[in-house]
Amino acid sequence: MMAEFNIDCKGMQCPGPIVEVFKKINSMESGDVLHIEVSDHGFHSDIQAWCGKTGNELVKLEDNGDMIAASIRKA
Amino acid sequence: MAKNTLIVFSGDLDRAMAAMIIANGSAAMGNEVTMFYTFWGLNLLRKPEKVKVEKTFMDKMFGRMMPRGPEKAKLSKMHMGGMGTRMMKNTMTKKNVQTLPQLMESAQALGVKMVACTMSMDVMGITKEELIDDIEYAGVASYLAEADEGNVNLFV
Repeated sequence: MMAEFNIDCKGMQCPGPIVEVFKKINSMESGDVLHIEVSDHGFHSDIQAWCGKTGNELVKLEDNGDMIAASIRKA
Repeated sequence: MAKNTLIVFSGDLDRAMAAMIIANGSAAMGNEVTMFYTFWGLNLLRKPEKVKVEKTFMDKMFGRMMPRGPEKAKLSKMHMGGMGTRMMKNTMTKKNVQTLPQLMESAQALGVKMVACTMSMDVMGITKEELIDDIEYAGVASYLAEADEGNVNLFV
């Protein structure tokens, strides 16, 4: 059974969001999806690097100018 | 698992923050991170409170003149007798940047290994009792052994 999780990292500065993603993903099962919202602009690049490095799949990445929304499926 | 090592030589607030942000980020990338604290950097590992230990006069003087813990760290530039550092800390709090003590706590929680250089401890007259818990003690060979396996090795 695939589960979905949400974390809100609005207002959080680097390296907060990436640390939160790491901690949350660690507690999830393979195939589960994590949705995250971040206001730090660096996150757009960082989450791609993080997924590339950790082997988790970035299934969504949206940037509306003030907010970045990403979804990650745990490998 | 990739390995990263950082040498924290400086006790300056700005430099220590840069080191801590890299360490936290690296741990969050799933890397094994080791931070070696030497010279002025050692002061960042000191407990904020005074600890009673038997010391020589020189060691006592050193201990008194150097900052105890990350809360006391100063900016490397624009410290301006404390005013600059205070302003920078206020600005960072307003902009939601984690403080140096918070970053250190987060790093330890993520499993970042903190190692105090025993030679620096001896030179500066700092004892284990005066340093925070959950750290290790080692010398240059331990650092080199880890750095050899590391693919990012930084000196801050």
